[in-house]
Amino acid sequence: MGKTLYEKIWDRHVVAQQPEQPDILYIDLHLVHEVTSPQAFDGLRQAGRNVRRPDRTLATMDHSIPTLNRDQPFEDEIAQKQVEALRKNCEDFGIKLFDLFHKQQGIVHIIAPELGLTQPGQTIVCGDSHTATHGAFGTLAFGIGTSEVEHVLATQTLKQSKSKTMAIEFQGQLPTGTSAKDLILALIGRYGHDFATGYTIEYRGEAIRKLSMEERMTVCNMSIEIGARAGMIAPDETTFAYLLGKSYVPEGEQWEQAQAEWKELFSDEDAAFDKVVEFDCGRVEPQVTWGTNPGMVVSVNGQVPALEDLSMEQKKIAESALAYMGLEPGVRIKDIEIDTVFIGSCTNGRIEDLREAAAVVDGYRIKGGIRALVVPGSQAVKAQAESENLDRIFKDAGFEWREAGCSMCLGMNPDIAKPGERVASTSNRNFEGRQGRQSRSHLVSPAMAAAAAITGRFTDVRDWPLRTGEGVTG
Amino acid sequence: MKALKTHTGTLMPLDRANIDTDAIIPKQFLKRIEKSGYGKFLFFDWRFNEDGIENAEFILNREPYRNATVLLTRDNFGCGSSREHAPWAIEDYGFRVILASSFADIFYNNCFKNGILPIQLPKEQIEELFSKVSAQPEYTLTVDLESQEIRDSNGMTKHFEVDDYRKHMLLEGMDEISATIRHEKQIDAFEQQHRLYYSLQ
Repeated sequence: MGKTLYEKIWDRHVVAQQPEQPDILYIDLHLVHEVTSPQAFDGLRQAGRNVRRPDRTLATMDHSIPTLNRDQPFEDEIAQKQVEALRKNCEDFGIKLFDLFHKQQGIVHIIAPELGLTQPGQTIVCGDSHTATHGAFGTLAFGIGTSEVEHVLATQTLKQSKSKTMAIEFQGQLPTGTSAKDLILALIGRYGHDFATGYTIEYRGEAIRKLSMEERMTVCNMSIEIGARAGMIAPDETTFAYLLGKSYVPEGEQWEQAQAEWKELFSDEDAAFDKVVEFDCGRVEPQVTWGTNPGMVVSVNGQVPALEDLSMEQKKIAESALAYMGLEPGVRIKDIEIDTVFIGSCTNGRIEDLREAAAVVDGYRIKGGIRALVVPGSQAVKAQAESENLDRIFKDAGFEWREAGCSMCLGMNPDIAKPGERVASTSNRNFEGRQGRQSRSHLVSPAMAAAAAITGRFTDVRDWPLRTGEGVTG
Repeated sequence: MKALKTHTGTLMPLDRANIDTDAIIPKQFLKRIEKSGYGKFLFFDWRFNEDGIENAEFILNREPYRNATVLLTRDNFGCGSSREHAPWAIEDYGFRVILASSFADIFYNNCFKNGILPIQLPKEQIEELFSKVSAQPEYTLTVDLESQEIRDSNGMTKHFEVDDYRKHMLLEGMDEISATIRHEKQIDAFEQQHRLYYSLQ
């Protein structure tokens, strides 16, 4: 019987197999950031161990760093200490670090792909649950805890048991005016927040093939929000075209060789998945979350659930979510007014996301009283956006244009939503308190977030009158 | 790592599904570079009001649960962020066992590295335990990892599943890194034949 993509990658990375034990799996690329690594480095020191492969480890700063006034000491002394700890750890152990002022600094899941470090067939780990982003290239990429960060630093391997496999077959095409974010939110909404717990997902089908690499990254990025530790897409011509010419991608004969190898990375026709799910993309509409996990989501033309339609168990969960969100059952999504807009994160902080948002914003001004931030996912994304004058479009409209980082996605830095503030956010989690204590998050696509900034409420972006190049008029 | 063979303690019911690691420990405490001392931040936003005063309504602030060591909860516990600060906070507060109808993958895995035993039980059994603790607020459970059983003083016994490797790890308080380092020669040999197409140095 044939193998799935997941099994092919797994088998190529098994260092040792022992009876009654997980396999020892080799890790090709380890991404490190300031928040989940200091205790791992301390563990190495205490045990007198070294980093086995500093040349397969890359560090950057993204989670707790400010996106303003970086030339000044941090307002937050504890965050400052954490960043200094990463500097020292990278220096002591010889790890390459893209520091605060480095032109390649950015969110860890944005920079590795844009540099070409993420390559098909690799195993990639990071102390961050959104590591599945890299699965878009046909890699096995997943988030780990700090104990495992230490394990990888010391051995370049992990002890892992195989997960179950799930094929999600997207049928039909994603309709015009909807985005990869809408697709993944609709999927999570259909099956629920923990549907794929214990599985690695392979996203397949015509709709996936038509997505750009950046859109595929948005889909894989949110695998954890449906419970899967990893999500992947088999590489194809789109993948190879994206990779060609990137800084860390080989050239010439090596490129040919790599490509030949990567072309073998697909699930065989007779490979068996533990679960197969079919999802019709043809009716996906722009999505808006209404509750406190990403599975609580409806179309922009829908409404917050009326509680009488739900089972007892679901009713209790929905009631608690609505109380937190300050919403009445049955209210129309389009009637919800927002206070804050956040465009950025490892889900939607890439150049295509900023272009999508800027196209909506061009020629408009944000509604009075709304605070709106654009936080590019990396310094390279920021530089590219500025070369296309996207920063001007945002700034003319009243958006703040920031330095690269995770920012308000998780509010570890000063970019926090206040209690009661309602945020239209392009990030990945709408958990209670995620963007600030008592703040209320609604997850949307970049275009939907941009439209909400202008109208002050959720607006179906498919009906948006574009004013491209007309100048700010209203 | 702390070993866990048997454990007896008061059960605290936390009647909520989908408790994510942001709720277990909010982001502002992830800036610390230490590995200990997270217990005081456990369930912070639920446990303390905005003025920093204890929220008397939250179960952890009520007797007999302040010193509870076994946590009873519902579906999908520990979902979201991979932060190991979540199990650090749970363990540092004093909990050693968590009973739930399901756990998120990364959190489940992180527990075993920190001397915490997460036990997954069928929904009906979780429901039954919620009923028991509701009828008898000071309800004590004994967990025996060797025999994979939980017991109460009224004669209830339930079996639970755990994979042999993780069980062994927790019973022994095993240092996984040392165990892997014993395979160093195999790692060397693997690297000799394993080809990668990038170089960071």
